[in-house]
Amino acid sequence: MMTWLPAFLASVGRAVLGPCAAVGRVTLFAARVLSHLPRPPFYFREFGRQLLQIGYFSLPVVGLTALFTGGALALQIYSGGARFNAEAVVPTVVAIAMVRELGPVLGGLMVAGRVSSSIAAEIGTMRVTEQIDALTTLSTNPLKYLVVPRIAAATVAMPVLAFIGDVIGIMGGFLVGTRRLGFNGATYINNTWDFLEFGDVTSGLVKAATFGFILALMGCYHGYHSGRGAQGVGQATTRAVVSASVLILASNYVLTELFFTS
Amino acid sequence: MITFCDIHKSFGANRVLCGMTLEVGAGESMVIIGGSGSGKSVSLKCVLGLVTPDKGTITVHGRDAAAGERDAFLAGFGMLFQGGALFDSLSVWQNVAFRLLRGKLKRPREEARGIALKKLRRVGLRPEVADLFPAELSGGMQKRVGLARAIATDPGIIFFDEPTAGLDPIMSGVINGLIREIVVETGATAITITHDMLSVRAIADKVAMLHDGKVQWTGPVADMDSSGDPYLDQFVNARATGPIRAVR
Ligand SMILES: Nc1ncnc2c1ncn2[C@@H]1O[C@H](COP(=O)(O)OP(=O)(O)O)[C@@H](O)[C@H]1O
Ligand SMILES: [Mg+2]
Repeated sequence: MMTWLPAFLASVGRAVLGPCAAVGRVTLFAARVLSHLPRPPFYFREFGRQLLQIGYFSLPVVGLTALFTGGALALQIYSGGARFNAEAVVPTVVAIAMVRELGPVLGGLMVAGRVSSSIAAEIGTMRVTEQIDALTTLSTNPLKYLVVPRIAAATVAMPVLAFIGDVIGIMGGFLVGTRRLGFNGATYINNTWDFLEFGDVTSGLVKAATFGFILALMGCYHGYHSGRGAQGVGQATTRAVVSASVLILASNYVLTELFFTS
Repeated sequence: MITFCDIHKSFGANRVLCGMTLEVGAGESMVIIGGSGSGKSVSLKCVLGLVTPDKGTITVHGRDAAAGERDAFLAGFGMLFQGGALFDSLSVWQNVAFRLLRGKLKRPREEARGIALKKLRRVGLRPEVADLFPAELSGGMQKRVGLARAIATDPGIIFFDEPTAGLDPIMSGVINGLIREIVVETGATAITITHDMLSVRAIADKVAMLHDGKVQWTGPVADMDSSGDPYLDQFVNARATGPIRAVR
C-alpha cells in the first residue's frame, strides 16, 4: 500500500527541480558572458558582423511589423474611441502604445524568431562539428569570440530597431488616420508630438535593449549546449525561439511594473 | 614527451577510458588504433583540456597538462579534427591563418596570408583555393586545409584525428604521405588516430591499441605483426572472430 507515494513525490520533485536547474544554468552562463565582456581580447570585427546580421538585416521585418501594427492600432482605437466620442485620442494613443509597448515587444518577438533561431543553429552546428573545440585549441575562447559579440550586438541593435519601429509605427497610424479616418495631417502630428513624453520613449528603448540581450542569450545558450547530431541542433533552435519569446513577454511585464507603477 | 597516467573518463554510465596509460617520446610518431567508440578521440581531447578526465594525470614535457596557463600551453599544439572542423564563415586562408590573425601571435594581415599560402602549398593546394570557403571544397581538400591549419604555427606537438576517414584510397595515400613528411620535416611529436592499417604502416614509429578503455598493446610498428596479442592480431588482420566482440 501507498507504493505510489514515493513515485508521485519523485515526479513532483523532478518537475520542480528541472526548471530550477535550467534557470541556474542559464544564469551562470549569463554571468560568465558578462564577466568576459569588459576583458580583452575584443573581437571588433565579429561585433561589426553581428551588428550587420542582427541589426541591419532585421530592419525590413521590424519595419513591416511596426507599419501594419500602427495602422491596425489606429483603426481599432478610432472605433473603440467612437463609443464615447473620443476619436481625437487616436494619434496620442497610437504613439504611446507603439513607443511604450508594441514597438519593443513585437519588434523583440520578430527579431527573436529571426535571430535567436539562427544564432542557435549556427553555434549548435559549430558545437556538433567540433568547430567550438577547434576554437579552443586555437587559443581562442569561444565564449569571447562567438557569444560576447552576438549578445553585445543584439543589446545595442534592438533599441535602434525599436526606435525605428516606433517611428514607422506612428507613421502607419498617421497614414491610416489621414487617408482613412479623415484626420488633418498637421493636427495628427501635433497631437502625437505634444502628448508623447520623454519617459515613454526611453522606457521602450530600455525594454528593447533587455529583449535584445535575452534573445541573443537564449540563442547562444541553447546553441552552445546543443545535443549531438542534427537532431540536437534542431532542438536547440526550437528551444531558443520558444524560451526567448516567453522570457521577452515575461520580462516585459516585470519592466512595465517597474517603470509605470512608481 | 607526453604521458598518460591511469586516465579514467566516463560520460554518465558510459565508461570510455578506464586506466589508460601511455608514453609518447619526444619527436616520436605514435599511432593509436582501436575500434570506433573506443575512446581514441576522447583521449586526445583530454590532453587538450577539451574533456576533463575523472581521474589520472597527463603530463606534457613533464608539466601537468591541466595546470598552468592554457593559452601558452595550447600554442604549442596543432590539431586536425576528425571532421575537419573548419570555420565555415571564414575563407580557407583565414582558417589556416586563424591563430596568426588574433591573440598573442597576431601578425599583419598580409604576412599572415603569406604564411597561410605557404602552408597551403605545403599540403598541395593551389593559391586559388585560398579565397574559397570550406563548403566549396571536396572532402580531401578540406582535410588538407585542416592539415595546413594544424601546422600553421609550426607546433611542437601535432594530433591527427582520423586523417583519412572518408577519403578514397589514393587521397588517403597522399594524406598519409603528407603527415609522415611533415612529422619528419618538423621533428614534431605526433599522435595520429586511425583505424586504417595502411595509415598505421605509413605514419607510425610506434603503435598503441586502445581497447576496453585501456592500452591493450603498445610497441614499435615493426613488432605489430608478430605481437602474439590476440586483440591486436584480430584488429590488424580484420577478423570478425576473436576476443573483440563484433556486435556492440
Ligand atoms: N562529449 C561527449 N558526451 C558524451 N559522450 C561522449 C562525448 N564524447 C564522446 N562520447 C562517447 O565516448 C565514446 C568514445 O568516443 P570517441 O573517443 O569519439 O570514439 P573514437 O574512438 O571512435 O574516437 C563514445 O561512446 C561516445 O559516444
Ligand atoms: Mg574519434
